[in-house]
Amino acid sequence: MAAKKKIGPLDIYALLPKTNCGKCEPGVCMAFAARLAERTISIEECPELFEDKYKASLQKLQEMLKPPVKEVTIGTGESQVKVGGQLVVRRHEYRYFNPVPIAITVDDDMSEIDILKRIKRVEEFGYTYIGKTLKLDMIAVRCVTNDPEKFERAVKKASMTKLPLILWCMDPKTMERALSTVSERKPLLYAATEDNWKGMAELASKYGCPLTIYSPGNLKMLKSLTKTILAYGIEDILLDPGASFGEKIKETINNFTALRNTAIKGGDELVGFPLVGTPLRVWEDGGKTSEANMWMETSLATILMVRYADLLILKSDEMWVLLPQVILRENIYTDPRKPVSVDPGMRTIGDVGENSPIMVTSNFALTYFTVVSDIESSKVPSYLIVVDTEGISVESAIAGRKLTAEKIAEAIKESGVKEKVKHRKVILPGMAARYKGELEELLNFEWEVLIGPRDSSGIPKFLAEKWK
Amino acid sequence: MKAGERTPIDGLLELLKQYNEFELQNVELNAEDLKLVFRSLAQVAPTVLPSPPSLPKPSSILETEFSPFVQEYPGSIAEVTLGATRADGGTRGKVIKIGGATAPPWHFFEGKFPNPPVIAGDVFDMPIRLPGPVKTVLGDALEDPVEWARIAVEKFGADMVDIELVSSDPYTKNTPIEESCKLVENILQAVDVPLVVGGSGNPEKDAKLLPKVAETCEGERVLLSSATLDMWEPVAEAAKKHGHVVLAWTSIDMAQAKELNRKLFDYVPKERVIIDPTSAPLGYGIEYAFSIMERIRLAGLMGDEELQCPMGSATANAWGAREAWKPEPELGPRRYRGPMWEAAMALTMLMAGNDLYITLHPAAIRTMKDVIKWLMGEKGEPTFQDWIGIGE
Repeated sequence: MAAKKKIGPLDIYALLPKTNCGKCEPGVCMAFAARLAERTISIEECPELFEDKYKASLQKLQEMLKPPVKEVTIGTGESQVKVGGQLVVRRHEYRYFNPVPIAITVDDDMSEIDILKRIKRVEEFGYTYIGKTLKLDMIAVRCVTNDPEKFERAVKKASMTKLPLILWCMDPKTMERALSTVSERKPLLYAATEDNWKGMAELASKYGCPLTIYSPGNLKMLKSLTKTILAYGIEDILLDPGASFGEKIKETINNFTALRNTAIKGGDELVGFPLVGTPLRVWEDGGKTSEANMWMETSLATILMVRYADLLILKSDEMWVLLPQVILRENIYTDPRKPVSVDPGMRTIGDVGENSPIMVTSNFALTYFTVVSDIESSKVPSYLIVVDTEGISVESAIAGRKLTAEKIAEAIKESGVKEKVKHRKVILPGMAARYKGELEELLNFEWEVLIGPRDSSGIPKFLAEKWK
Repeated sequence: MKAGERTPIDGLLELLKQYNEFELQNVELNAEDLKLVFRSLAQVAPTVLPSPPSLPKPSSILETEFSPFVQEYPGSIAEVTLGATRADGGTRGKVIKIGGATAPPWHFFEGKFPNPPVIAGDVFDMPIRLPGPVKTVLGDALEDPVEWARIAVEKFGADMVDIELVSSDPYTKNTPIEESCKLVENILQAVDVPLVVGGSGNPEKDAKLLPKVAETCEGERVLLSSATLDMWEPVAEAAKKHGHVVLAWTSIDMAQAKELNRKLFDYVPKERVIIDPTSAPLGYGIEYAFSIMERIRLAGLMGDEELQCPMGSATANAWGAREAWKPEPELGPRRYRGPMWEAAMALTMLMAGNDLYITLHPAAIRTMKDVIKWLMGEKGEPTFQDWIGIGE
């Protein structure tokens, strides 16, 4: 198998109309080609390409730009998620697309009230992180009773959520009874196996739903089933090679890795589908306590989050399980070309005046954005002096002498903040407390140095108490 | 035309959408505009579903082979030995080897991982601000670094001990160098595992302290933490003279990591260097740490000799994230949340290819030991279970 060649702007340009008609946002064909190559614009933005005379070029382009890991849509309309669509194995090679949707299970042995309560918890889950609310994405309804009536009832109840759905059931007949009541939602079917593939393929075909293929620990079977189901006319496929925390974790990691590498670097289209990670399987073996299961589920989810899972299904809805997942996802799915640092200098936050407080921080991008967001939540308009710490955080910058009293003094002088305020007080990060004396001396004792909280989340409380 | 700017055609299209039939009067359209209008109208029309495929549906599984795509890597990662037994001039119970990988982390289908990653239990030479769950586990040992080291090995299961001489910083306690060295000696006597010795963090002090530590630990092959671009020569020289290993610490910058290693290699071979490209905590830049580790490891495997050293990560940094320690009940109990924050960070680094971990909480240490054991193909039950949920 030959590795797939990276598509460059020139390969794309050759297939464009080359009329520079100006109907797309970049305006000229070469710029449009460059944007297509970096995946920041879609083919549909070029109206001329859709004219009949470009039909052949359009098809070639669509084929050329097809991601080696297919992008699959689950759900419809406003209630949908896109999964997969990956172009690279490692994020630094370009970037990852479609942040891993996290699905939480409800089981058909739960009472209707419990189902609704759990759905509400999932829907209301939210954590504010650098000015963004991190959320959960899907509900997976599992058939654990093998009772078609109970599964149908649970699916009907769970379908009250607006979140996209996964129907988890291994028996095609039971699946169809429940699926027929929610088929217009285009839920993800979980799963076709070596034993039930025909029935599941029929359902996916009849109702037009995406289908997961599950073959734990057997990649030959997984690929064979994919070939079979593709031949059945089903193209929206996801793959679950099995997930385990324990001795078999070696196999789990190996299989996720082999599948993703073979799809992208090896160009094997039969494994070029989004991967489903099922950390909830740790509950099948059972740890000593529920907390032990949650601990294992979190550990496995963490590994799969950075090891090519495109969708994760979890059972635990505890905050301590989910918080590391939503934050790790947010971190790993950012564009790696995003700079580590922001420009040093003075910023104003809110409508500042001559009595506004002055705070100091580092120019590490994450520190900066976190501090800005914490100052904003204090609702106190403030000056923020961003010291050039070469893009590292306050704590590391102090340890590595990238943030010193001299540097802070210089930044304060250069900012010209002295002319903007009437007071002479500057607030240092709590971590930099040791610089107080030295800094006051360097500023000729004109300024009083206050020591702020060790973590910027304490800024609102600090300002409320100390800044009057 | 700029993006989002409305044109007369847009207005016309909106009007057209409202009516099924329409008649154009007193309107001039040129041929290009007409094309646009008709294409847009076609989108409004209901989609015609493609006819089902005419090929017969398969009635049995279409068997095919799966063979993973295998890449070859011209380079491999150096093996670094930590600690020395009596046979090689030290007093440790056993030596630890890390590195030696011939493929990217856990590509079992492409290469070998002869040595398991190892965990050094983090120990401080003075009571420092530590999160509740860690304090609970350590109890009185927080005040006694020798006892703390013993607990880290015997109870928590750490492979090594990292003694951080933070009190030697002139800005904290300015502990005299002789006293710091005495403590290192005491720890060498209390535990028989290899040591990491961390300096004060103050470059001027460390330039004097670390060479003295190196002398004190003559023959023990400790990991001196750390050499930086600001202060590397005294550490490199001491490592060479007294037979130790150097932790090369740079801040999330591959060019810097290469530059520092180039300097160090004038004194010690790559088998005596561990790269620490800085581990930012989960939620506070872990993605930078993750990607720089992936890049360094790949570059080494692709043949860059300046980057063929094993890597080290202070995953105890996880506790710096507010999500790990904030006493907010709605974020879940801290006794689980905090240790899991550290475990999650360490597991992420494990996937990036890190070899040596400096870790604080026993639940994180045990989880890592469990996963590493299974990755190396060993059997055995999980051992983390007795160490979770301790404390308030």
